[in-house]
Amino acid sequence: MATRAYAGTNVACNDEGYMTNLEEWTQQVGEEIAKEEEVEMTPKHWEVISFLQDQYRAEVPLTIRKIGKSGVTNIKEFYQLFPNGPLKKASRIAGIPKPVSCI
Amino acid sequence: MEKNNKVKKMMLILSKATLDNVYACFILANGARMEGIESEIFFTFFGLEAIQKSRLEHLHVATVGNPAMHIPSMLGGLPGMEAMATKMMKKKIEDLDIPPIDEFLEILTASGTKIWACKLAMDMFDLEEKDLIDDLDGVLTVGDFYGRAEGEGTHVVFI
Repeated sequence: MATRAYAGTNVACNDEGYMTNLEEWTQQVGEEIAKEEEVEMTPKHWEVISFLQDQYRAEVPLTIRKIGKSGVTNIKEFYQLFPNGPLKKASRIAGIPKPVSCI
Repeated sequence: MEKNNKVKKMMLILSKATLDNVYACFILANGARMEGIESEIFFTFFGLEAIQKSRLEHLHVATVGNPAMHIPSMLGGLPGMEAMATKMMKKKIEDLDIPPIDEFLEILTASGTKIWACKLAMDMFDLEEKDLIDDLDGVLTVGDFYGRAEGEGTHVVFI
């Protein structure tokens, strides 16, 4: 298993750069991944990230529809927060696996 | 070299209004946006039904002339067959968390997919802009549509 160095620690990641162990995630780690994804994090971003992590812990597969119904953000805003592939980018920053859904 | 082959924009043409075709088109358009690819849909001929306020909630699957349905055409034409097949497909779609047509259109426009209606087809079916969804981006000629397809990495797909 490959690791990458973020915030002074080595975290387990797959070939595509998605973390494989959410336990290793800290906000600093998320911050550094966000820099790689060229996303400037704001409190709203973190709110969305924390929603994604909760869904992952509850084993709910993520779709864009779920984001729309999250109550945390709406689809339009989600695309603005994480431009160019929002669900993939946000999942990477959140330290959860790449979404597998087509919708 | 590899970078230049990247898909940057999907221009989808939807010419049919059977549920399976409409979903194929919407999923391709939405999937593009989720990958950071631009997408636009040009609704023409029967495809216009998918953005007609009065029709979009009543789209069906075709049970006649569709070998993949595995229903003999003579049976497929019996009363109630289309409704039953449609109901079964809608149930399956809902189970997979795929939204119904009206909600899907809202998701697409919120995601930045452009929705265009074909001018010629509107004239042919006596439709006006007020008959179509409020989120419509406009009415285009084929020439206008090709004009929007300009640029490297654009693909045009006919459904």
